[in-house]
This record gives sequence, C-alpha cells and structure tokens, in this order.
Amino acid sequence: MKVVEKYHAITVDTDKCTGCTHCMKACPTEAIRIRGGVANINSDRCVDCGNCLRACPVDAFYVEHDSLEQLNKYKYRVVLFPAVMIGQFPEIYTEGKIYEALLKLGFTHIFEVEQPIGMLINEIKREVEKSTRKPMISSFCPAIVRLIQSRYPSLVDNIVPVKAPHDLAACHAIELLAKQGVKREEIGTFYVSPCSAKMAAVKRPLGEEVSAVDGLIKMSDLYNHIMRVIDKEEKTDTAPLRKNLTLDGILWSLPRGEARHFKRNSMAVDGIHNVVKILERMENDEVPVLDFLELKSCHQGCAGGILLTGNRFLTVERLQKRSKRYPHASSIDISAVSCLGIKDKMKANPIEPRYVFALDTDRLKALEKMQKVDRILCQLPGIDCGSCGAPNCHALAEDMVQGKAKMTDCIFLQNRYLNENKINIEKATKNLEKAWGKNRFDADCNRRGGRNEGF
Amino acid sequence: MKLEFDIASGDFSKAGRASSRIKKMLKQLQVDPKVIKRIVVAIYEAEVNVVAHSVGGKMLAEIDGTGITVVVQDNGPGIEDIEKAMQEGYSTATKAVRNMGFGAGMGLPNINRNTDEFTIESEVGEGTVLTFRNNF
Ligand code: SF4
Ligand code: SF4
Repeated sequence: MKVVEKYHAITVDTDKCTGCTHCMKACPTEAIRIRGGVANINSDRCVDCGNCLRACPVDAFYVEHDSLEQLNKYKYRVVLFPAVMIGQFPEIYTEGKIYEALLKLGFTHIFEVEQPIGMLINEIKREVEKSTRKPMISSFCPAIVRLIQSRYPSLVDNIVPVKAPHDLAACHAIELLAKQGVKREEIGTFYVSPCSAKMAAVKRPLGEEVSAVDGLIKMSDLYNHIMRVIDKEEKTDTAPLRKNLTLDGILWSLPRGEARHFKRNSMAVDGIHNVVKILERMENDEVPVLDFLELKSCHQGCAGGILLTGNRFLTVERLQKRSKRYPHASSIDISAVSCLGIKDKMKANPIEPRYVFALDTDRLKALEKMQKVDRILCQLPGIDCGSCGAPNCHALAEDMVQGKAKMTDCIFLQNRYLNENKINIEKATKNLEKAWGKNRFDADCNRRGGRNEGF
Repeated sequence: MKLEFDIASGDFSKAGRASSRIKKMLKQLQVDPKVIKRIVVAIYEAEVNVVAHSVGGKMLAEIDGTGITVVVQDNGPGIEDIEKAMQEGYSTATKAVRNMGFGAGMGLPNINRNTDEFTIESEVGEGTVLTFRNNF
C-alpha cells in the first residue's frame, strides 16, 4: 500500500450533500467550509475524527475502503479486526458463530488485533518510565495524534512513540504464516476499521513508510456481510479461547483500557471536544503530575467509532462480559508470541509538529493579519450563523485575511451595503450563490435540516 | 497588538481566560512552542494571583514582532515584604483557596522563572504592578 501525503479517509459526495452546515459546526478543527452549496474539507486541518460524518443527516460523507472481492486476489486471506467488533453483535450471535461466519466469507486466518497486546503494554511502560516528560500521552487514537501535531505542537514530545495494535497484529500474522513457509505475496492482510482515523493512519502511517496492511474494510460493511451468513440458531457457545487473546486486549480500545495499566497515576478522557479541553490545560501546566494520559476521540472509545453498527454502551457492556472469560495479559507468556521482527517494528518514528493554524510563516505579516482580523470582527454580527459558509464569525474573519473570503460574504454586511447603496441586489444575490449554489433559493420539499427530525 | 482583560477577585472559573486567548494568538504567529509554554504558564499564574490574593485588577498585554510584554495591575491590598513573597513556597493564600489547589506559594517565583524580564512594584493599601516580557 502506497503512502499518500495528506491522505484523508473521508470525502464528500457532492451529489448528496445539501450544505446543511451541521458538519461544519461539528468539526473540532474548523476544517469545513460551504462552497457552491456543498461541504468542502481543508485537508491541512482535517484530523480524520469522523465527527462530520456523524453529524451528517443525508449520509453525504464517504469513507474510502476496499470491498470483500479483493479477497480473491490472495491465496491466504487474513482478517485483522479490533476486539471491539465482537461487542456489537446481539448476545445470541456468539463469538464462535462470528468466527465461523468470517471463515464462510472467505477468510482463511482470523486475528484480533489486540492479540499481541502484552508486548505493547510492556513497551509503553518502558517508554513512559524512561521519559522525563510527564504525563506521556497515548498514541493509540490517530485522530488525537493528528490533533496534537497541529493544535498542540508543544506536546508532540509527550506522545508515546509506539505503534498502534493493528501494525503489530499485521506483522505478527505475516510472521506466523511465514514460519509455515508461506510467501508474502500469497498473503492478503485485511484490516477491519472502526473509524476513518484508523483508515487514514493505515494508508498514511505515522512515521512508517509502508504499512503491512493490504486492504481496508469498513467495520459496518463487514457487520452486514456477517449478518448475511451467520448461523441464526440459538445454541450455547462452545468456542475455545482465542490464542494469546487476553482480558487486557479486549478492553484496550475502551475508556481506561490503556490507562488502567498505570493505575492511579493515569487519567483517561474520551470525546474529542473533552480532549481539547484537557490538552489546553496541559499546555498551561495545570494537569497534575501523572505518568500516562489516555485520550480517545470517540465517546466510549472505539465502541463509539463511526463505523460501528451497535450501540456504544451495549458494546462496552458486552465486551466487559466477554473479557471476563479471558486471562490477564500478565499471566500469558508473551515470549511465545514475540518474534524479533515485531520487536524492531514496535517503535514508531518521531512525530513532528505541523503548524497548520499559523496565519503566516512570516511573523510580522502574521501579526498584521491578526490585527486585521480584530478590525474585521468589529464589523461582523457575532452570531456565528454560518450563512457565509464559515463555522463562525471569527473563522470568516480569518478566511478574509487569508484572501479566501470577502466582506460581502457576510449576509449582515451585505444588507448594510445594500442599504448604503454600495452594492446592488444582483451583486448581493451572486455573492450568496457563491456559497450556496444556484438553486438554493428555490423551494424544495425534500430539503430539510436534520437536527430536529424525530422530535 | 494590544489586549486588555479585566480580572475579578475570587472568581476562579474565569482565571485562564487571558492565557487561553493569548496562547491561541501566539500559535497563530507560529511562535516556538517552548516559548509559548513559558509565557502561558506565567500569565496563568499571574491571573490566578489576582483572583486569589487581590481585590481585582486588569491585565494588559502587548504583542510585537519580537516578543510579548504583560502588565498586571491589581487594586490592593499590596505586598508587604516583596522579598519574602518571591521565595519559593511562601504563600499568603487563605486556607479555602489552598484547598482548591491554588496559591500553593508558587506564584511569583514561578512567574519569575518563566519570563525573560520581570519587575514587581507594590504598595500596601494601593496595589501591585507586575511587568514581564518574553522574547520570541
Ligand atoms: S473528519 Fe473531523 S477534522 Fe476532518 S473534516 Fe470531518 S469533523 Fe473535521
Ligand atoms: S477512539 Fe477509536 S474509533 Fe474513535 S477515532 Fe480514535 S481510534 Fe478511531
């Protein structure tokens, strides 16, 4: 899989998008603007968190993925899925049935990505112990890593430089098969992703040049496929425990799944807007001395991932129940899992800051622009209505000084200019059409805002 | 670029407003994160100081091409023994304030440590003026 700089997992289907502004208001990095009546994502700012997709009432956001047909290209077909997937299924679909269904769908080998978690835990503990910067921040959630790179550059050195479980699991699977004499070209590794952030991270790995994953499958797609072939008869689960899978692995992607290994010297925060608040405080040195900070972009961790089908709270509940069947990581001899190949691959390259919020690379010019933003703000109404196609008045003012928007994009200013006879009505209409497209002003009974539907 | 913030006495929920705003601006100017960190810690500490120890005051910040200068003025009660207040660990914070985790005596020395230039003037009954500057 090739690395594409600035690759993003999420794209907008401009045929479906109605420019309703919900995504624009939900984006934590103000990456979205409405242009020509549809949402437009600024790829420098986007952190792939998926909040826009979640907020969209018409399913206009599209997550790039591979289809199961790709399986035919390989002799050995490995499915790598995070344990959270099992938690989505209603109780009657037991672990054993889900595994059977995966084989029916054509996979030859099944791995849960948290299987080698014991190694990862040890490595993270080593890194935290050796670091003088505290607290160290988990690198598990790619959306958070990208958020820190762009919005909290002073904290990049606090990120634990280890890889995510899926990287390790892919290497682990490939090595196991290699030991049986299978050639790499014959193996297809398919990662089942709970979210757009992991998708982007697999295609554009943080630090690593080439990912060990050959195909990307949406967890929601796989859920539908499984439901098509799964055995629906009620019977008790007699499935054996999965080799090397542990309680700690199953809980890893849930809130406190990582932090619990640092006991009380840790804190866990989920939900990207909550994370923003805690990172702001951390920059002010207001967070107490802790060893480890677990930050996850989704509420309830990956159980709340945008590509999950099940309810996040029920998913957490089922996973907790499932985990009780499994041993603790510390009771498993991980030397049996660890092959040297993985050990070397565990360390991620350093994570660099990306200054995407700077107004200008030249400081004096940036200062000038900042003063201009302040002056423009005096003219804007300050109600953050979004009618200009920007998420709030401040964002519009910043777009203006960057030459990406004009004073007349604000409907309030436009009204003032009309009253003062500074512009004519044709010009004003043209302006609005630029942001909202030509037929936005026609009546259309299919066009509804989504927010209050169902009430 | 000039900024002005009012700081009310006793309202801890609002301490941090000035430092947040200034932090965002310094990031937009692409100031070195390490420099931002120091100045933000100093400003936040100064804000908390006014909230915890004074009857209220204001902060003036001026950002130019080479650095930021901050003046924090409060309207009393003033510091009796400045030398003592500059010692690590010294605090006049009330017990209630300390229980909230503020005013553990880190204030002034912490500001001094995190700034390039620092002066303090104080008159009992009048108030205190802190002036500090960090270069980018
Ligand atoms: S994925 Fe997240 S950061 Fe990217 S545009 Fe959507 S809401 Fe914004
Ligand atoms: S919390 Fe999990 S599901 Fe959500 S963005 Fe992060 S890695 Fe993806």
